[in-house]
Amino acid sequence: MDKALRCLGVTKVFYEHESGGGALGFIRGLMGGVKKQVVALQDISFEVSAGEIFGVLGPNGSGKSTLIRIIATLLIPDAGEVYVFGHNVQTERLLVRRLINRVSVDAAFFKKLSALENLSYAARLYGVQGSTARARMRETLRRLGLAEEKLTVPLEDLSRGMQQKVAVARALLTEPALLLLDEPTTGLDPKSKREVQEFVLEVREKRGTTVVLTSHDMQEVDRLCDRVAILDRGRIVALDTPRGLKEKFGRPEGTLEDVFFALTGKDWEEDR
Amino acid sequence: MMSRMLGTGQGLAHVMAEARASYAFVERNFNLVKRYFNWEVVFLFYNIINTLTIGLIGVGQDERTVLYLVIGALLWGYLSVIFFEVSQSISWERWEGTIEYTFMAPVRRLTHLLGMCLFAIAYGVIRTAIVLVAVVLFFDLSLKGANLFGALLMLLVSSVSFIGLGLVTAVLPLMSPERGSQGAHIVQGIILLVSGVYYDISVLPAWLRPLAYISPATYTLEGARLALLDGVGTLALWPYVLKVLVIGVVSIPLGLAIFSWGERHAMRTGKLKRSG
Ligand SMILES: Nc1ncnc2c1ncn2[C@@H]1O[C@H](COP(=O)(O)OP(=O)(O)O)[C@@H](O)[C@H]1O
Ligand SMILES: [Mg+2]
Repeated sequence: MDKALRCLGVTKVFYEHESGGGALGFIRGLMGGVKKQVVALQDISFEVSAGEIFGVLGPNGSGKSTLIRIIATLLIPDAGEVYVFGHNVQTERLLVRRLINRVSVDAAFFKKLSALENLSYAARLYGVQGSTARARMRETLRRLGLAEEKLTVPLEDLSRGMQQKVAVARALLTEPALLLLDEPTTGLDPKSKREVQEFVLEVREKRGTTVVLTSHDMQEVDRLCDRVAILDRGRIVALDTPRGLKEKFGRPEGTLEDVFFALTGKDWEEDR
Repeated sequence: MMSRMLGTGQGLAHVMAEARASYAFVERNFNLVKRYFNWEVVFLFYNIINTLTIGLIGVGQDERTVLYLVIGALLWGYLSVIFFEVSQSISWERWEGTIEYTFMAPVRRLTHLLGMCLFAIAYGVIRTAIVLVAVVLFFDLSLKGANLFGALLMLLVSSVSFIGLGLVTAVLPLMSPERGSQGAHIVQGIILLVSGVYYDISVLPAWLRPLAYISPATYTLEGARLALLDGVGTLALWPYVLKVLVIGVVSIPLGLAIFSWGERHAMRTGKLKRSG
């Protein structure tokens, strides 16, 4: 049986212009300018089994979103290969796109449109029939505790927590085999956060969905994930079950914070 | 035999699925129009006033001049709607922050762009029809002897070439998030300058005229004016139809090729989206 996800030696480097704005910066930019290299990911390899919830834990700027984008066919890696259920994300892009969906930190919506209008757009793009789509939307949003009358209001009038729930509903609308959650609970109030976390567990339970979840919340990863990769400046510095990590790099009864400190010599908070 | 029939069936199902997906863009954009309805009314109002003021310049002279100017204003209104909608479709999604979700959907880029173009044409036709009604009522124009069908044909054919131009410019925001949308406005301004919208291109300085010859708007306007002002028959319009079609046939595949190249470039360099 094929693995749900295989990353083989993935590397991604970005180039940024050093020069600032202004007329001079503009001209330098045109001439190629001075470029700064940012190594976002360096030789990342791991595998995720079907039905697993796989965590990617790392401070801001450690490369989590870059990794998610590469899996989501939105970024082309400089080196390495990624397979989603055996399909290469670069050469079989359309096939992979049918298998995945994603929730990002920012709720990326047409903000003047309602939740229903945004979701119906997504449903049409993925070829989900109208009635099926409506049933799934209502079901997910009811389960996440979003009131019916909120569904027809422009999204910009909903709270951040509600918007994120709509984003989760949009991702599940297409019944992805691999669900990519990029810091889905960052910035949410504690209640919404719990609701989204519980829902992730429930989806895996009911549908056997494979989940890749990035986070900088130690408790969240500890609670949800079967295995965790700890990312620091674009490298995987450890990969194990939360328990295994604590046993190996911390104290068994300790926290993942201890593990991070043991691995990088840095305090979790100071890097954020 | 059986498998061939099955193949055609699947092919058809595939085409249907893509057609439905392209409708996603049409529906989405009309939903957006509904939400920004007040702005739509304001823009339309301005558009009507603008067309009327241009027509009024000719009133002191003769009816032919009025019609000449009004045709220019109407056609330019229509073509700029098409060009704007297609060329700004990417900037718009970038601004809303939805671009990655649209690009990540299992939809061919051709289907995506086709959907945008379908919307642009439908939207442009509706807006132009409303302005046309206002103009006809205001100036009490007589179109006796005019070849309306020929003018309509010119309009339809020119949509094709403007879609091509729009596609070529739609790629700009993929290359440079900040300057892309600015670039599209500049292209639109140049087309307005060189295409003889309100004057004959012979008044242009010689160094600008070559640009007039490659602008599809030039031939659309010439053809439409011949049809409406001189009642020239549809068959006699063929040189204009042909030129505009050729520009479309060249620019659409070119636009698509440039677009997919731009998409790859954006996916390599991380220009699609960065935050979040
Ligand atoms: N599109 C991009 N262009 C340039 N640099 C980028 C881009 N995306 C990410 N980076 C850089 O790559 C590094 C990793 O970023 P990211 O993957 O967003 O980290 P995280 O999601 O863990 O916060 C950061 O230094 C960031 O500035
Ligand atoms: Mg991130």
